[in-house]
Amino acid sequence: MKWNKLFRAAIDSLLKNRMRSVLTMLGVIIGVGAVAILVSLGQSAQAVIEKQITALGSNLIIVTPTKTKSRGFSAGARTANTLTLEDADALVSQGTELSGVSGMVAAGGQVIGGIGNWATKVQGVSPSYLTVRSWELAEGSFFGEREVQGRAEVAVLGKTVADELFPGQSPLGAKIRVRDVPFRVIGVLKGKGSSGIGGNDQDDVVLAPLTTVLDRLAGRSNIGVILASAADATRMDQAEAEVRGIIRAQHHLRSQEADDFQVRNQAEIIEFAGVALGALTALLGAIAGVSLVVGGIGIMNIMLVSVTERTREIGIRLAVGARGSDILAQFLVEAVVLCVIGGLAGTGLAFGVAAIASRATEYTVTVGWDVVLLAVGFSAAIGIFFGFYPARKAARLDPIDALRYE
Amino acid sequence: MLSIIRTEGLSKVYGGVEPIHALRPLDITVEPGEFVAIMGASGSGKSTLMNLIGCLDTPTAGSYRLDGAEVGGLTRDQRADLRNSKLGFVFQGFNLLPRTSALDNVLLPLLYDRAGRIPNPEERAVEALKRVGLSHRLDHEPNELSGGQQQRVAIARALINDPALVLADEPTGNLDTRTTMEVMTLFQALNEAGITLLMVTHERDVASYTRRVIELCDGRLVRDEPVRNQRTASADLAARYVEAEVG
Repeated sequence: MKWNKLFRAAIDSLLKNRMRSVLTMLGVIIGVGAVAILVSLGQSAQAVIEKQITALGSNLIIVTPTKTKSRGFSAGARTANTLTLEDADALVSQGTELSGVSGMVAAGGQVIGGIGNWATKVQGVSPSYLTVRSWELAEGSFFGEREVQGRAEVAVLGKTVADELFPGQSPLGAKIRVRDVPFRVIGVLKGKGSSGIGGNDQDDVVLAPLTTVLDRLAGRSNIGVILASAADATRMDQAEAEVRGIIRAQHHLRSQEADDFQVRNQAEIIEFAGVALGALTALLGAIAGVSLVVGGIGIMNIMLVSVTERTREIGIRLAVGARGSDILAQFLVEAVVLCVIGGLAGTGLAFGVAAIASRATEYTVTVGWDVVLLAVGFSAAIGIFFGFYPARKAARLDPIDALRYE
Repeated sequence: MLSIIRTEGLSKVYGGVEPIHALRPLDITVEPGEFVAIMGASGSGKSTLMNLIGCLDTPTAGSYRLDGAEVGGLTRDQRADLRNSKLGFVFQGFNLLPRTSALDNVLLPLLYDRAGRIPNPEERAVEALKRVGLSHRLDHEPNELSGGQQQRVAIARALINDPALVLADEPTGNLDTRTTMEVMTLFQALNEAGITLLMVTHERDVASYTRRVIELCDGRLVRDEPVRNQRTASADLAARYVEAEVG
């Protein structure tokens, strides 16, 4: 039997049992749809997060404290606050590969001023923070080395904070208070958008001199993170090595001692986020894959019923000269056609859901063609796998018994 | 000229511990152009013989040559190919594919014509349906046709592959007397045109339209003789009409 005839016969036979065909397909439609939607959601989330991390600045180097060891007892990451202002100063004075260095310490608090109050975080940073983060001012000015030395009570507002507390007016020169510490607003940042997992609003921030925040709000002397920017984005490795060397010297670490801090760059963070989200996407896909397998079992069920129901037809075909392989091919093609049409419909469903999701949320969800190919290929494979047993059963029927079947 | 059927010691035994001799060693020969009826009560072995002749079953012993080709020892696929090229089947229950047009039903055997032995399948199918008087029913599905019409579609299907032998298994078993005569008229016309026919029946009336009767009992051949007073189905049919008119 020729392939075009086989396909025609398969489609004819499916059309003759329209209702049953559609119901059988439903399992595959939902299975493929679920796989395509969940994998696409995962991929879209990955893309969004990578984009946002990249927006932090591609030449960014991040130094964080790691574990601390006391009497051989190793505590977890970030349990120690081994980074100090002196470390940051050393990077500024000794670094040759760096275009900017800023320590950073964060404190939460209710900001009072303007028309009301607003819960946000206050970040203590160095004057070169804007350089490091490639951020710009919308108006006013940033604080300099003098304000940091003098622990000046000045602040620069993020766009969100400025909009919330001073709608339609310039906050420059206004007084705000954070936990009873008064600050004078000297500048407003340009909007930068949201970033990171959970979509943190980067503009929901108040920047103040590092020393002021350490003394008056955080009440400690160690800093949480040191951010540095490499002068040349193509020399990230050299810049990282330099940062590591300087801080090791600061910490008086001997050559056999491990780092008590961690130096990472943007690429590594993206990579890490990618791996984590990739695993999540795979997990989601696998869960959805279970429904696809269930759909496949549905196909097998219906094909078995179909073989029993059409025993006489099989007998007739065998009697007039069909070989076992012809019958096998016929039922296999029917199962595969069922699955592939179901797969295409499921992909359509995924496109529909993606369009709705893109409209309803701020994220753009796109179904990639690789996902479509994967889903349809997988459903064809499901068709062959689950269609084979019923088809073989049909092919092995004895023509005499099949013709006599009532 | 080659015999259509030639069996030597053809037999079939079922079962192991207490074997059932469905068919005892049998020698028969059917020449081209014959019209043979196989008769016998149920359990006489006529169905077994039919399945063997139809290449649907394999014999336990003996040899069977169909149109010169030895059938014993062929694989399942080879027998399928042989059925496709040399045999036409007509069944008691018509055995047409449901929800499939008369034309597509007739075309079915040529779907498996691997060698492309028969050119222009569509034309031939139309021709075959014309031959059985159904050229106006090409697109009708079985449930839109009467029993007699369904059986004629089945006969057209049996003819499409230009078979050496047409096998009919109780072809009139599900039909009334008038339709039986119509089908027998068709068979006689086909036989006149040179087609070799082998028909299983248990009705003596129907057998009397053939040229030769073979009778089996308990798996043994008990009678093999030509029909002396062969009846003509078309004449009987005409007589019935006259009878009906006269009242």
